[in-house]
Amino acid sequence: MWLLNSSIGKKLIMSISGLFLILFLVFHVSMNVVAVFSGAAYDMVCGFLGSNWYAVAGTLVLAAGFIIHIIYAFILTMENRKARGNDRYAVSARPKGVEWASQNMLVLGIIVILFAILHFSQFWYKMMFAELMGNHEVMLGGAAVSPQSGSAFIDYYFKGNIVITVLYLVWYAALWFHLTHGFWSAIHTLGWNNTVWMSRWECISKIFATVICAVFAIITIIFYLNGVGGGCSATCVH
Amino acid sequence: MDKDINITLKVWRQKGPKEKGQFETYQLKNINQSVSFLEMLDILNEQLVNEGKEPIVFDHDCREGICGMCSLYVNGHPHGPATGATTCQLYMRRFNDGETITIEPWRSAGFPVIRDLMVDRYAYDKIIQAGGFVSVNTGGVPDANAIPISKADADLAMDAAACIGCGACAAACKNGSAMLFVSAKVSQLALLPQGKVEAARRAKAMVAKMDELGFGNCTNTRACEMECPKNISVSNIARLNREYICAKLKD
Ligand code: HEM
Ligand code: SF4
Ligand code: FES
Repeated sequence: MWLLNSSIGKKLIMSISGLFLILFLVFHVSMNVVAVFSGAAYDMVCGFLGSNWYAVAGTLVLAAGFIIHIIYAFILTMENRKARGNDRYAVSARPKGVEWASQNMLVLGIIVILFAILHFSQFWYKMMFAELMGNHEVMLGGAAVSPQSGSAFIDYYFKGNIVITVLYLVWYAALWFHLTHGFWSAIHTLGWNNTVWMSRWECISKIFATVICAVFAIITIIFYLNGVGGGCSATCVH
Repeated sequence: MDKDINITLKVWRQKGPKEKGQFETYQLKNINQSVSFLEMLDILNEQLVNEGKEPIVFDHDCREGICGMCSLYVNGHPHGPATGATTCQLYMRRFNDGETITIEPWRSAGFPVIRDLMVDRYAYDKIIQAGGFVSVNTGGVPDANAIPISKADADLAMDAAACIGCGACAAACKNGSAMLFVSAKVSQLALLPQGKVEAARRAKAMVAKMDELGFGNCTNTRACEMECPKNISVSNIARLNREYICAKLKD
């Protein structure tokens, strides 16, 4: 099967799983925007995405996307190291025009997944997973809250907590580097590129990565300062 | 004005494919900057022969940038610090008095060292061979311009055909990937009506051979494009991906 055996096929799997993860990021960031404006609306989204079968199915598909992407990241990297051979150049220089991110995708990906594990342990494990285990209340710092009350989780973790906030910002920075290269590279792998579009895709890639990561970062900082619903004034429903 | 310069060379010496290699340091005095890099190595070799030592083995042939025989990884760059030029087109004016120049062979599993700075690039020939032939109708010589080809396509095909098969792309690649070379060879024919007949078979066969020979998977770092002496564009790699994926989907 060419998809699994050929280099271009394996790259295609990498590209499509990467684009799928990008799609998920877009969905996730839109969800966070809701929480900036209204805790109630955000909790509604959380309730909607509780332990319903479609949310669980969606989570499984997403997990599969992550797993495929990660497995192929390691397969490709290992094959490439072998193809490169054991002999290293004594002097090597990164040529002008080669992005740093493009040569460090695995490291960036590993940073992204480590922070993602922290994130899952904070949210998913205590929300969807807790509900699947039949818990209708989870303990957050001494208080019992509903696992569907996403806003309570956000306030608990972020409001006034500088360590968690900074950790999340580092996470977005690694993601930014991964995406600036990943986005156009995925398009290129699909064959959807030419001499004219090359620089356009690279530019779109940078803009896209910046917008996604900046929105995530701004929202995180708002949560740190004002908590959920902190995007509008105190008159907002909270 | 070109001056005479004194330089120190750190050159990779290796007796054979299985032997362990190491760097040797040589001093060269009064090298005029108008001398080409390969002539400088000739001067060094003459000096070594006169001292009764083994000369340094390196590949070269045309010495005018068209055959693709010269290689050499000079100061961290395949074909040296100049851009869009082969090693044989490199001149000593790129270097300063007192400079240390490090010269290494291509280092990639696909190109094992034969001796010193000479590597085995037969793998590229095998990929070309796997591409097969192009069908042409026999009979009288066709009229000029009988087959209309757009200027844009003709230019892209010519640009791709500029590849001399030197191997700098795989040598520069952290993934040991030969995709720039293969994509140039596939593109130069896929873009032209004469090459379309076997285009799908050619893309599949050349990629299969490239994979079989153990070259790496391209991750679009673009190091190949930046170091290629013929400025082959990575947009050829996008075309190869397109040709290959479409060919496989049609099967
Ligand atoms: C939300 C998370 C992630 C997103 C959106 C994402 C997205 C992408 C995209 C779009 C590509 C480009 C694919 C291509 O070049 O065809 C890519 C490449 C890559 N990713 Fe990720 N990725 C994510 C997480 C990860 C993780 C967790 C790892 C590893 C542990 C990882 C490792 C890699 C590697 C090594 C590459 C380069 C492989 C190649 O180009 O062949 N990524 N990623
Ligand atoms: S693509 Fe460029 S670097 Fe690669 S073999 Fe052809 S001329 Fe040499
Ligand atoms: S010797 Fe022919 S290209 Fe350099």
